[in-house]
Amino acid sequence: MTIAPTVPPGQSERTDGARSGRLGALLRLRELPVTLALIALVVITTIANPLFLSPQGMKDLLLNATIVMILAVGQALVIITRNVDLSVGSILGLVAFGTGTLFANVPGIPIVVVFVVGMLLGAFLGAINGILVTVAKVPALVITLGTLYIYRGINNSWAGGTQYFAGDRPEAFGSLSVDTVFGFPLITLIAVVVIAIVAIYLNGVRAGRDLYAIGSDPDAALLFGIPVSRRVLLAFLFNGVLAGLAGVLYASRFNSVGATTGTGLELSVVAAAVVGGVAISGGSGSVVGAAIGALLLTTITSALTAVRVDKFWQQAIVGMLILSAVIIDRIASVRTARKLRISEARDV
Amino acid sequence: MSNHTKQSPAPAGPDRITALDTRLISTDKTLASVPKGRTGAARVLLGRDAIMIYALIVFVLYASIAIPRFATPVTVGFLLLDVIPVLLIAMPMTLVIITGEIDLSVASIAGLTSALMGVLWAAGLPIEVVLVVCVVAGVAAGAFNGFLIAVVGLPSLAVTIGTLALYRGLALVVIGDNAIANFPPELTAFFTSKLGGTGIPTMMIPVAVVALFFGVLLHLTPFGRGLYALGFSTEAATFVGIRVARAKFWLYVGTGTVSALAGIFWTLRYSSARSDNATGLELTVIAAVLLGGVSIFGGKGSIPGVIAGVLLIGTINFSLRLERISDVVLIIVTGTLLIASVVTPNVYAAIKAWRQSRRLHNTLPQVPASGATNATASGVPERK
Repeated sequence: MTIAPTVPPGQSERTDGARSGRLGALLRLRELPVTLALIALVVITTIANPLFLSPQGMKDLLLNATIVMILAVGQALVIITRNVDLSVGSILGLVAFGTGTLFANVPGIPIVVVFVVGMLLGAFLGAINGILVTVAKVPALVITLGTLYIYRGINNSWAGGTQYFAGDRPEAFGSLSVDTVFGFPLITLIAVVVIAIVAIYLNGVRAGRDLYAIGSDPDAALLFGIPVSRRVLLAFLFNGVLAGLAGVLYASRFNSVGATTGTGLELSVVAAAVVGGVAISGGSGSVVGAAIGALLLTTITSALTAVRVDKFWQQAIVGMLILSAVIIDRIASVRTARKLRISEARDV
Repeated sequence: MSNHTKQSPAPAGPDRITALDTRLISTDKTLASVPKGRTGAARVLLGRDAIMIYALIVFVLYASIAIPRFATPVTVGFLLLDVIPVLLIAMPMTLVIITGEIDLSVASIAGLTSALMGVLWAAGLPIEVVLVVCVVAGVAAGAFNGFLIAVVGLPSLAVTIGTLALYRGLALVVIGDNAIANFPPELTAFFTSKLGGTGIPTMMIPVAVVALFFGVLLHLTPFGRGLYALGFSTEAATFVGIRVARAKFWLYVGTGTVSALAGIFWTLRYSSARSDNATGLELTVIAAVLLGGVSIFGGKGSIPGVIAGVLLIGTINFSLRLERISDVVLIIVTGTLLIASVVTPNVYAAIKAWRQSRRLHNTLPQVPASGATNATASGVPERK
């Protein structure tokens, strides 16, 4: 796996020398296929049904995508380090129910406090995953499969049959996912800010770049002096924070939160990251790609409804998309490997 | 023994029997010459599989004594009926995970078969034809997975997440929101029937045949032994003449076929064909397989251990349910067991390594510091 396609065009020009121009670098961007697919989808759907891109249509589209986008960004962080976190759906459920409980039992609690508490709870749950993975040295797939069950079970026993509805929450909290600024819902703007922060961290901060090195080759990263355990733990913790944020936003967006909130979300989140060009084997991809992947997957649902395709086809199409993303990723990495071999042969 | 410092070569042969001797030898000899792991009967009786089986037996005994309604034919019947789909799919899944791959699409294949079965039966086809078509669909679904993973060489986790969505989506396309329930009553009655008064479901016989098939395939055939090699190192397996791609392809055909059988069982046991049958079963199966001692890295695991793991989860859950603990809370047990089963060996190994290094410090005071450090480092069991 090479990280060359993930660096921005400017940087790549510097590292590749004169051999590849700006256009070449742009064409090799991992986000490109998914972005093109999204644009094509939106254009075709709009031609078929002009109402699709109406302000209300846009708003629904973004609202539906926001929560999966945040989760996919967190998941991308973890997958880039060659790990995976299957417990995000359960973390989201716990935090969403916690949010409902807070609002119902502590009248007049400031909304900001709820956000902070939700993200702290998420951080705590994510850190448990991270500690188990790094200290006990057990693969993340196994650990987070276990915590998926444990967190969900805690949620079930905590909630029982209780559900909190939108009426239990202050109006200002609910209006976060109703009010818009320039046509963008507020929670989507929150998500965009978060994605931007994580993207900058991953591209410009040393600790963020380390995640790519760890995912490409953990042993080499260790030899290179990167504190692998600490970085991986941090990725899990960040993912927990983002899942916590998504949980709070979920409580704002949807009418009811209860024991089963967020069940089965984990695989669609991983799928969104994979569709967005984050290689499941670690070391490549970007959070922007993952976010676009999430947007694409949710847009398909709305697009199929808009062009009146049988709604039952939706999931099958999502499946085909994931498979094509994996195949495109393979083609891209084979080509990069060939190019690297040729350029190395020239240098010798 | 703490001041025993004489450096004598280890006595070779069978005369190092007593525990004391072994301990002395292990401090005297170089660490490399200590036999790695147990041998002979001890290996079988103290191995990971045996421990799982002991745990299962102990728990069943405890439950029979402590829980009033546990040791009855009714309990046994329902427990086994609940466990059958997981037990079925766990068999080929064990083989897949031993090769270091994974298959997340199994529950979707079961759902797809269930949907097909409902639609074909509702269309008026004879039930024999319906069953054959369903199994063929399972074979085809597995072969598609196998083609993408073994022939094209894509990562199995990503591919099967894709086919998880694809097959479940196709199930929706086939049957939509409908549920078909009017299967032949004698057939559904047969699927829930018991063997005499024992409470053991008749269906356990075919399940036992499937388990036996995969057990023999994994443990007693060159193909199965090759899978372990494959799990340790694909390159090495290629060099010793194992056809890696072909083996992987057939394993996915295996998971597809058995998932179809599980789908048929699910449909007839609940006499309902729906698109969302067996949703989420893939994670239950994988959890049970890993609890049964199969390493997610591949190269380690066995069928008896997995059967014990599946039954242990099933028994614990069922007995807690008899104690009126809600079903949904019980998944905490599954999760905790899973994590404990993988973390405990690592913690145990770490403690052993730490104790060994301390003992080396105590018994070999004249060894320079650097030598002791080296010994400690090599004493840590290497993890794959």
